[in-house]
Amino acid sequence: MTVRITIGFQCEGYGQCCYEAEDLFQLGDKPPVRAPAEVDESRRADVERAADVCPMQAITVE
Amino acid sequence: MRRVVVVGGGLAGLRTAESLRSNGFAGPITVVGDEPHLPYNRPPLSKEALRNGIEVEALSFRRKASVEDVTWLLGTAAAACDLAARTVTLDDGRVLEFDGLVVASGIRPRCLPIPGPAGGRTMLRTVTDAEALRPRLSPGVHVVIMGAGFIGCETAATARALGAEVAVVALDEQPMIRPLGADLGAAMRRRHEHHGVHFHLGHTIESFAGDDRVHSATLSDGTELPADVVIEAVGSVPNVAWLDGNGLDLSDGVVVDSAMQVATDIAPVVAAGDIARHPNALFGPVPRRIEHWNMPTETGRRAGQTLAALLAGDEPDHGPFAAMPSFWSDQYDHSLQSFGMPGLATRVVLADGDLDGPCIVEYHDASGLVGVVGVDRTRETGSYRGQLMGRSDP
Repeated sequence: MTVRITIGFQCEGYGQCCYEAEDLFQLGDKPPVRAPAEVDESRRADVERAADVCPMQAITVE
Repeated sequence: MRRVVVVGGGLAGLRTAESLRSNGFAGPITVVGDEPHLPYNRPPLSKEALRNGIEVEALSFRRKASVEDVTWLLGTAAAACDLAARTVTLDDGRVLEFDGLVVASGIRPRCLPIPGPAGGRTMLRTVTDAEALRPRLSPGVHVVIMGAGFIGCETAATARALGAEVAVVALDEQPMIRPLGADLGAAMRRRHEHHGVHFHLGHTIESFAGDDRVHSATLSDGTELPADVVIEAVGSVPNVAWLDGNGLDLSDGVVVDSAMQVATDIAPVVAAGDIARHPNALFGPVPRRIEHWNMPTETGRRAGQTLAALLAGDEPDHGPFAAMPSFWSDQYDHSLQSFGMPGLATRVVLADGDLDGPCIVEYHDASGLVGVVGVDRTRETGSYRGQLMGRSDP
């Protein structure tokens, strides 16, 4: 099982996700935040926390 | 099966419900919300949604699968609560029974009693407010904004972008002076003035003139401002009246401990979000309400964990609550970001850059660094977060 991460066009690069899961979400320039497209199911809670704190609600977790 | 009632259909209510589920509570959850919408994101209401158009579906928070079975009672507010009887009475007369209660009823904008007509005066808290305001912000319209906090300043920037003539009236010496301090506040004022906003600081509005609608505002120094639209952004009032009569301290929101538990032995009650006056181990034992966007998520997680434990007959985790307050604000093409509690500072230091350009400002008190604000410096501002989190170390 894997968790799929999508960062939508709404992302403004506030970087709040990076503080919840620093090894997965990284601030860049274009796009403003980078994350792997898929991570192991064991990281679901971290990814969901990162999605929760996004001010733009730009992160989709499936 | 034990039942939970959540009073408040905003972000705090949603996050607490999700946390109840992730902490093992499987019983029925009913969320009462006074607005007709499922929980949605408010910050865009003064910024991109006000500028580009408001679609409540686009603003709605994604809800985790775990809360699909929650009952949402929307468009109705809690009118009363009897903790001993474990009931909440709604304003439509319905009575809900609970075993555990979540107080997440939030805040409403303060409305100052000012003589004159009420027509043309508006708040900006809800989708409904923003939908009513948006068509009135057109080129040449005279907008008077009461209050120079974040909502006042963001709305000023948006109204200018839509071509309106904007005046801001506030008692404070500088815009956003409490979170930013006088020097950065003054620099933000200069940015606004560069975009054509007129400030009337150190003044209040004494009265409005007009027949059924406001057409002008008279300030405390006698200045008369044309006013087709008046936007009131002068702080907030916690929605606590429904809790009256239960012996709770409701002097400024609802006081909770580090577990977000309300101090009463009558029933299991937790609070979350803007209404929860909570201690934060990062900033000492004084309980405070913090109206930053990230706090409903932080307090809601803890409140759900606590209530799930109480309803399972377990002792909740009363260990320290240490969450980093954080705010951001977009005004014109400038992005402010902050960590910590700059408002506690006794000493403010420009750490890098120029107050009128990209910069980093540090906020210190006797204990050391208490906050940071960056303007157009997101990554560098974020690098302070770890240092501020270190404040919780013994």
